[in-house]
Amino acid sequence: MSDATQDGPVLAADGTPLKRSLARALRMQKLRALALIAPLLLFVLLTFIAPIADMLFRSVENQIVSATMPATVRELSDWDGTTGNPPGEEVFKALYFDLFLAAEAKEHTKLGTRLNYEKTGVSSLFRSSGRKLDDLGKDYQKAFKKIDKQLDEGEFWYTMMTGSGPASDALVTARKARFGDMTDESTKADIGFAPSQAITDLLPLTALAYTDFAVFTAIADGDTVAEEDPWEAVYVALAEDLATADVAAYTGPGADVLQAAQAGLDTIPVTSYTAFFEDIDKDWLDPEVWETVKMYSPKYTNGYFLNAVDLQKSPDGIEPRPENQQIYMKLFKRTMFMSLVITGSCILLGYPVAWILANLPMRTANLLMILVLLPFWTSLLVRTSAWKVMLQQQGVINDVLVWLGLVADDARLVMINNQFGTIVAMTHILLPFMILPLYSVMQTIPPTYLRAAKSLGATNWTAFWRVYFPQSVPGIGAGSILVFILSIGYYITPEIVGGTTGTFISNRIAYHISSSLNWGLAAALGTILLGVVLLLYYVYDKIVGIDNVKLG
Amino acid sequence: MADVSSDGAFVEFERVQKSYDGENLVVKDLNLALPKGEFLTMLGPSGSGKTTCLMMLAGFETATHGDIRLDGVSINNIPPHKRGIGMVFQNYALFPHMTVAENLSFPLEVRKMGKSEREEKVKRALDMVQMGAFGGRRPAQMSGGQQQRIALARALVFEAELVLMDEPLGALDKQLREHMQFEIKRIADNLGITVVYVTHDQTEALTMSDRVAVFDDGRIQQLAPPDKLYEEPENSFVAQFIGENNTLEGTVKEIANGKALVELDDGELIDCKPINVSKPGERTRVSIRPERVEYNKERLQEGVHTLKAEVMEFIYMGDIFRTRLKVAGNDEFVIKTRNAPDVERLTPGQQIEIGWLPEDCRALDA
Repeated sequence: MSDATQDGPVLAADGTPLKRSLARALRMQKLRALALIAPLLLFVLLTFIAPIADMLFRSVENQIVSATMPATVRELSDWDGTTGNPPGEEVFKALYFDLFLAAEAKEHTKLGTRLNYEKTGVSSLFRSSGRKLDDLGKDYQKAFKKIDKQLDEGEFWYTMMTGSGPASDALVTARKARFGDMTDESTKADIGFAPSQAITDLLPLTALAYTDFAVFTAIADGDTVAEEDPWEAVYVALAEDLATADVAAYTGPGADVLQAAQAGLDTIPVTSYTAFFEDIDKDWLDPEVWETVKMYSPKYTNGYFLNAVDLQKSPDGIEPRPENQQIYMKLFKRTMFMSLVITGSCILLGYPVAWILANLPMRTANLLMILVLLPFWTSLLVRTSAWKVMLQQQGVINDVLVWLGLVADDARLVMINNQFGTIVAMTHILLPFMILPLYSVMQTIPPTYLRAAKSLGATNWTAFWRVYFPQSVPGIGAGSILVFILSIGYYITPEIVGGTTGTFISNRIAYHISSSLNWGLAAALGTILLGVVLLLYYVYDKIVGIDNVKLG
Repeated sequence: MADVSSDGAFVEFERVQKSYDGENLVVKDLNLALPKGEFLTMLGPSGSGKTTCLMMLAGFETATHGDIRLDGVSINNIPPHKRGIGMVFQNYALFPHMTVAENLSFPLEVRKMGKSEREEKVKRALDMVQMGAFGGRRPAQMSGGQQQRIALARALVFEAELVLMDEPLGALDKQLREHMQFEIKRIADNLGITVVYVTHDQTEALTMSDRVAVFDDGRIQQLAPPDKLYEEPENSFVAQFIGENNTLEGTVKEIANGKALVELDDGELIDCKPINVSKPGERTRVSIRPERVEYNKERLQEGVHTLKAEVMEFIYMGDIFRTRLKVAGNDEFVIKTRNAPDVERLTPGQQIEIGWLPEDCRALDA
């Protein structure tokens, strides 16, 4: 025991400060508690938090453009789209080499699909161009072959490009990284090739193109670089380099062939890159295509979010999408509206049930509770499909109404594949989530309150409305939050009975996840949905107070 | 004020019966009449039917048979909210979502009273229970005693002439309970209201009431003012239930001149006052209060029978001595003596002789 009169920190019996002593004593307990929850914590982190975070990240991620066409994006940064002219030759040159590698790696279609979200037609532009990129190089290749047969041989190319003297490892590393960015493949493996510094200085573009070829051959195809014939793009690059290179001063392997090639350069049918692309598809000269590429070239974009709220980027800033493409705000509003209606009908239907349950003797209440819980034990799909049977035009309800003569046989009610059907089915499915919290809150309200109110002169209604109802509000709150949040993200039921007018935003998210594969947009929609739920939760907390929510 | 019915009763139960399950009667043939301004306590063990009677009066239970009249008018078919009876519940039943002032204002609001009038009455009611400063509080922010006062004020605020209280002090600690007993009594007297008070605490019943109705087995066993109830219990249940009591069993030998001679089971004879016995040969239970037993020979009356007793235990309780004796085979016989200088302190094992005035010893039903 510490002496109360002493100065300084209170000490434990063994002289250590009491605080430290206590902390040590509690540490074991804390560690043990942590060890106990560790499996769950890991499970939740790995299977829940991490995937959600990853998915949310996709809503702003936009590496694909800069990863697939890094050089093009770089060149394009100087281009001013507002002039109405297509970009210059430099951009098309960069595009040719970027696209060539991308086409070999079959990445250009992915990029096309991505850009197609923003501008229709880009996808087919990329796909068709990818097939025709070889055409340009083929002419060059034939011409070079005529000059010297060796230029058509992979082994010679390998020797020539390897050269002599110090190797340019930096170029290999850079091209490996560029390839890795684009394909997500591991580029750690040795490709068995490195251009010499001398040849890199002499023929920079050729070295670059050949290194790309080497990286792709070694890593993607798993072949030996020396045994493979180079790509057409390499010949295009060679022609480009030879036009200016000082080959005469070069002494490395194949110098004589290069000199001959430079001498015969005039036999090569030089075409401008711009003309080549124009020949493939006139759309390449469309400034809007390039505008789109430029706009979506940064690594992170708000484009998905803008799209998710029916906006789009334009050179003049953010503007609404064309009327016929505006869909998401409408869906968000519909989702909110229908969720509210469902929550409201759950309150209306669930409140009396919960009240009866809470006021019956325990035994009877438990029996009835089974009826409330019964839907939980039935497959969601079965319940939803049952509503289909009930509500369809040849269904049970319509048959009965026709039999009763309330509805003409040729004017059967349409109650399914629309909002009505969705609301009916979802109210039924979510009703237990309203009844259970209501019931448990009502159970805690002693009947004496009602008696007290009546003894004070209140009529049954006043006693209920002024005394009982306010005390059951926490139950309504808890039930409403549950039902609303569940319904706002509901998927299966609207999918089955929703038709076109009863679908929710979640159905659209599912569509983008599994059909259109626009995961970025799906993630943005999901993020907005999550944000809306959190916002509502916050507002609810401010107005009602989350402490007032009771689940029992 | 409405006309008082012919026989002057303000509240009247006439041949009231109540059954919940159709097989057992919880209240059997209840007859009870209260004049205006009386403080009546229904006292009894749990399950004796006292709360059921109160609930029937309040209108939350309907009588299976019989008539309940308030101010001469049968209220059997009048719903609770039209009876105008104030009620204080066991757990106060203050509305938790309203402030104290709102709670008090509630009965006035449902009576469509104007705002200024309401405020004035609420203030007056709060002042009456000395809780004037608590109007803005919520029930959960107050102690049990304070809630109790508010519940009382709420039952009184709309000026009910009849107030029912269902074990209102049950949840309070002893000291506060005693204080509140006094308080309630004072307020009831000041306002001149009629109070029907239900409790199972006999001290509470004795200290507060004008009359006490002792309930057992669905019947009123005795209806009398506190002193009479204590000193002159009419049957052995009441004698046992009210206060501490010694019981000896025996047979009546003879009855003469308002005196009964009872032969106890071990053959000893004692003098008693016959209450529920009429002829010799009847079994009887003799009841005598601990403080009426005398063992000082000088004070014993001439000619009365005395009994031999052995002291089993002597307990010093400050103001009194409590001594347990073995008398006529019964070792639960207790006597109480005032702590005075001239009183002998007994020691366990001591053999003494005890006696009492014949009129203090009541021969009741067996």
